[in-house]
Amino acid sequence: MAGGTGGGETVMVAMENPHAHAPQGFIRKYIFSLDHKVIGIQYFFLALTAVFVGMFLSLLMRIHMIWPMAVLPLVGEIKPETYLSLLTMHGTIMVFFVLTTAPQGGFGNYFLPIQIGAPDMAFPVLNMLSFWTTFVGFIVILCAFFVTGGAPLHGWTGYPPLSALSSTGPGEQLGADLWITSIAIFCVASLMGALNFITTTLDLRAKGMTLMRMPLTVWSWFITAILGLLAFGVLLSAGILLLMDRNLGTSFYVPLVVVNGQIMGHKGGSPLLWQHLFWFFGHPEVYIAILPGMGVASQVLSTFSRKPIFGYRAMVYAMLSIGFFGFMVWGHHMFMSGMSPYSAFAFSLLTMCIGVPSAIKTFNWLGTMYKGRIRFHTPMLYAIGFVSLFVSGGLSGPFLAQPVLDIQLHDTYFVVGHFHLIMGVAAIFGIFAATYYWFPKMFGRMMNEPLGKLHFFITLAGTYAIFMPMHYLGMAGQTRRYSQFTEVAYQAKLLPLQTFMTYAAIITIAAQFIFVANLFWSMFKGTKASDNPWEATTLEWTTATPPPHDNFGGVTPVVNHGPYEYGVPGAPKDYVMQTDPATVAAQ
Amino acid sequence: MGLALMVLIWLITLISTYFFVAKTWWLPIGAAASAHFIDGQFTLTFIIMGIVFLAAQLGLGYIVWRYRESPSSPPVSYSHGNTTLEVLWTLLTAVLFIGLNLMGSSVWASQRFDAAEPGAVQVEVTGMQFAWYFRYPGPDGKYGSTSPKLMDPSAGGEAAVGLSQTDPAAKDDVVTGTMYLPVNREVDLSLRAVDVIHSFFVPNLRFKQDAVPGLNIHMHFKPTVVGEYEIACAELCGLGHYKMHGMVHVVSQEDFDKWLAAREAEKQ
Repeated sequence: MAGGTGGGETVMVAMENPHAHAPQGFIRKYIFSLDHKVIGIQYFFLALTAVFVGMFLSLLMRIHMIWPMAVLPLVGEIKPETYLSLLTMHGTIMVFFVLTTAPQGGFGNYFLPIQIGAPDMAFPVLNMLSFWTTFVGFIVILCAFFVTGGAPLHGWTGYPPLSALSSTGPGEQLGADLWITSIAIFCVASLMGALNFITTTLDLRAKGMTLMRMPLTVWSWFITAILGLLAFGVLLSAGILLLMDRNLGTSFYVPLVVVNGQIMGHKGGSPLLWQHLFWFFGHPEVYIAILPGMGVASQVLSTFSRKPIFGYRAMVYAMLSIGFFGFMVWGHHMFMSGMSPYSAFAFSLLTMCIGVPSAIKTFNWLGTMYKGRIRFHTPMLYAIGFVSLFVSGGLSGPFLAQPVLDIQLHDTYFVVGHFHLIMGVAAIFGIFAATYYWFPKMFGRMMNEPLGKLHFFITLAGTYAIFMPMHYLGMAGQTRRYSQFTEVAYQAKLLPLQTFMTYAAIITIAAQFIFVANLFWSMFKGTKASDNPWEATTLEWTTATPPPHDNFGGVTPVVNHGPYEYGVPGAPKDYVMQTDPATVAAQ
Repeated sequence: MGLALMVLIWLITLISTYFFVAKTWWLPIGAAASAHFIDGQFTLTFIIMGIVFLAAQLGLGYIVWRYRESPSSPPVSYSHGNTTLEVLWTLLTAVLFIGLNLMGSSVWASQRFDAAEPGAVQVEVTGMQFAWYFRYPGPDGKYGSTSPKLMDPSAGGEAAVGLSQTDPAAKDDVVTGTMYLPVNREVDLSLRAVDVIHSFFVPNLRFKQDAVPGLNIHMHFKPTVVGEYEIACAELCGLGHYKMHGMVHVVSQEDFDKWLAAREAEKQ
């Protein structure tokens, strides 16, 4: 399969049939489409909707933290349990329906087939199914807001017994069932997507598109899909067991417990079992969110520095080892959980190991820009912002990875700051870079540059203003998931810093409307984009803008060059496209 | 544009670093034997990561400004990387990270793998929505039995933890809502939870451990400074999580004995 000239018989049939010619009816073309490009855009808009829901929830939380008595339009007074529902739904929606959905389902779907020279995904029907299953999952989780008792309050990690018993708090009745059902549905959708991505990458590469000529974006989506395939199955099983504990009287996660003086009918279960299963998924999930961002950052940094990526092979090996180690570090979420303290040594050491490939990637990004000719288009600004956030978020990792320091920092705002910077905002910056970079190809028009730059500068400064102070709070012992800070004297003293963060959040959230305005305005009124506006080298820039239904207009591209041939001495232009004849430049 | 970006990245970096270095917000004062080591390890990690943070961010800012495209900029240096450099920074990072990790392991081990010193004061901590209870075994040195059937959180105290009325060993058990500990003496802690997971966090004592239903977790530590320290629940346990608060009073051995004797007297 090294040449990637096509897969088995069944795969060929599956891809050829629905794609002989484009469907004409509105519903087949835009709603139940089999075209990976339409599905990619559907995923993108689903994630865009979800990110605004998630962001609105975080705004309510930030307002409640510093003005607990405020009565807000739409939501009224926020009670302590409402606050916990907000954070549960914020985390769940952001992790699943934004950070997993946009980079992989959205941009991966749209650009993976084009970047490897394929006419579509290997299994177009499966692709359509996986989107609509994700959509159903999103509707189910939104329903949790509107049922009796409201949304669950057990946090996105849903630790039992809190999440397994309906009497432990408001929201733990039907709301919690809907929450876990939604996650289970999402797992099924992601498994379908993962299979499709893996098969497509292995079987549908164009002639000459060897593995080591694949753009790093393709590598990142491919590795992400493998992680998804191995991780989501575990979460799905864990979720089904939780549903059984909740509704069928089993005791997988619940020992004998007494809630409000009532003995519950469970015995013998282990709350730690859930934590092991959840984090066996949960830690790879972090990389599912960030790996595509790494791919996009590499692609964009190379394009706009007009230089080949520094250490292509090292980048591939680094991503592979991040994926590999990603499955062996889940216990670092559980140093304080009561699991065997001996295992902490192994988890801690392996966690430190995963810092090494992450550091390699950072060095290589800097090496790519070094001695380049940097063009500051908006996608490049976001890729540079990604590197900065990745460094800042990454460097708090070695604190948390040491069990002795985790004693103090576990479940404090230090952790909240760490993961928001690295898997939250850095991944979001990857999504922004991808949006500004590929928008011209997707919609045939350019986004507005001045608005894009304004959006970038406010967002970069704003995210640091929100998330950097969380590290100070965490060191001072501020525990997370507190709806108010007035009950603990040392925490009440930290309120001024929380107030500052709330103001920063309000400004940063407001700036996101610049992005939305730019997005929709440019879709209809932006200047027309050429086929290759960024003078880039990968296959999506060789085809029409926007690409035709079969991606390459009946032609199958032949690849002669690596993905990042910029500034090649002796070449006629400062870039050599992957499909340029082999004679254009020596390899 | 390159200049604006450099200025912004440098400003963010320097302002962030200032508040760390000035220790405007920092670890609370340590009052336990392990604080010295933990704080030292924290500072060491902080210095190393701080240097990397400054170098990477300031370098990033400088590079984007220095290598911005202009009509006069030279052609890029066409390079696919440098294997020697890759190997070098891989090894450096590996040694640094793994070295840091190994340094911290002894304190972790001693608090968890070794038994408490002989003569340690025994305290059982029970977490429930949304209160902490502390049980002292009394002069007989033995905890009496408890039973889920007897638990009545609304009654508080002994009834909340379900203390047996018939077990002779339970007769002298003292259950309180505030924790008292003698200074400079090991504490042999048993952690339990009756309903959901809670986490017993005392920032000043550099102590945190989840209390998990179904498990009885033993830990030991030694408070070294007399004072009053706040307990905060660190694991989401329900709507009252934010007010699941308690106090530890670290007092002299003499005051501790007096306090415990007074509690025993109240019981009779």
